[in-house]
Amino acid sequence: MTRVALLLAAAVLTAAALPSARRPAPARTALAADPFAPRARAITLPDDTTLYPDGPGVDAMNGYCAACHSPAMVLTQPKLTRDEWAAEVAKMRSVYKAPIADEDVPAILDYLAALKPGA
Amino acid sequence: MFPRRTILTGAAAVAAAPTFGQTANLRLPGGPSLRPLAARFADKRGMIVQRVRPPLLETPFEVFADGVFTPNDRFFVRWHWADIPTSIDTRSWSVKLRGAVERPQALSYAALLRLPRTEIAAVNQCSGNSRGLFQPRVAGGEWAHGAMGNARWTGVRLRDVLALVGVRAGAVTVRFGGADQPIVPDGPKFLKSLSIDHALSEDVLIAFGMNGAPLPILNGAPLRLIVPGWFSTYWVKALNDIEVLTGPDDNFWMAKAYKIPANPLADVAPGMKDYPTVPIGRMPPRSFITAPRYGAKLAAGAPLSIEGVAFGGDCGLRSVEVSADGGASWAPATLGQDYGPYSFRRFSAALAAPAARGARTLLARATNVQGVAQPMKPNWNPSGYQRSCVEPVRVEI
Repeated sequence: MTRVALLLAAAVLTAAALPSARRPAPARTALAADPFAPRARAITLPDDTTLYPDGPGVDAMNGYCAACHSPAMVLTQPKLTRDEWAAEVAKMRSVYKAPIADEDVPAILDYLAALKPGA
Repeated sequence: MFPRRTILTGAAAVAAAPTFGQTANLRLPGGPSLRPLAARFADKRGMIVQRVRPPLLETPFEVFADGVFTPNDRFFVRWHWADIPTSIDTRSWSVKLRGAVERPQALSYAALLRLPRTEIAAVNQCSGNSRGLFQPRVAGGEWAHGAMGNARWTGVRLRDVLALVGVRAGAVTVRFGGADQPIVPDGPKFLKSLSIDHALSEDVLIAFGMNGAPLPILNGAPLRLIVPGWFSTYWVKALNDIEVLTGPDDNFWMAKAYKIPANPLADVAPGMKDYPTVPIGRMPPRSFITAPRYGAKLAAGAPLSIEGVAFGGDCGLRSVEVSADGGASWAPATLGQDYGPYSFRRFSAALAAPAARGARTLLARATNVQGVAQPMKPNWNPSGYQRSCVEPVRVEI
């Protein structure tokens, strides 16, 4: 085992032996060895290409709702009444500023109220 | 019509697509219960995909059977708005410190690293964890129990950072913001606040480390507020702004969202209106049986071994009791290693072999050091917040 590996193993064992919630973090000898030292990193998020299943009002669903969140957010909901969906749509418009035109709201509610949640 | 985000086609979409294949069954009452399980999703693996954009990723329940700390690549993910940071550079990251402070400034990540470090083990749990189990069902992220995790958080104390800039007399509230942004003009930016006393307490950290490694980007790298004992909504991710206020915070996310009925269990009768509400805050105790698994078929005549994980909420865990007869009788469980008052703690119990074959309901009930015990009856509120009841596990002998 290399010296570094031994030191790491010793540090792990020491840490595991201390039950305290707030034990001091190990002292740093050099910033270069610090696992939190400044650096750049990135991730690639998956894109979501799913669309709402066909049905009356689907264009409004894909045009408005899918702009901000995946269709899964709607399609994983339990069976909700039209009134419950109306409250959700009202919240999306008034609080989260979804720019849904008044005349498109009925189509969205028709679509949502007709959803039959799957398994 | 609002322009839909461009749908990627071709090789780029294939390369970035999450690897779905398996399905997770969350067993939510009335469904839908099936969710895709992503083999990989950015820097995560084996996660239940509640929603790709903005990401809502749930930790599969079996992960909690494995130990006390939740691995970084299995830790749950929740963002409010779809504009979230995907690349970070801590050579140029800084946190604005402003408002009622003597020396407003932008504190660089490098300068923050030079402050005294500390580490705390703490459960991070979404306010809506287990929402999908509410009955009657409620709208929202339909989580089972996997919108929680436990980690060792490494960072600096918020109060040390506030001491650098000097909090002025008259400070009442400290408000926190991150690099995530609304994607709709005028949408309310996600901001959360703590009282000045809470912000200056010794347990509140600004963390850069999680289980000994840098925070995953999806869990709020490079800096995340750590509020042990409090629900995750306060644990602001990708922290880059701290503002000391001289009054209460009336921003939407404090004044309107994340409100619960003003009683200890956050419990009202379905359909009730116009009851007093308060911002959600401290966590109550919870416990989860991780073995046997729900629906397991167990051999008759063998001792019944029960294992699980529990936490005290906003204080330590005092005890866990288990029952193999639906609550008619209870036996104390043995608690595992104590990693501090805010951490998960394992429990185990070996009960006598059940006398009869058939269906059995296993229960675990946690009590914290303040004497608060999990209720048998589930709470209900229209937002699906703060579920904390005893969770039955049905098995066959």
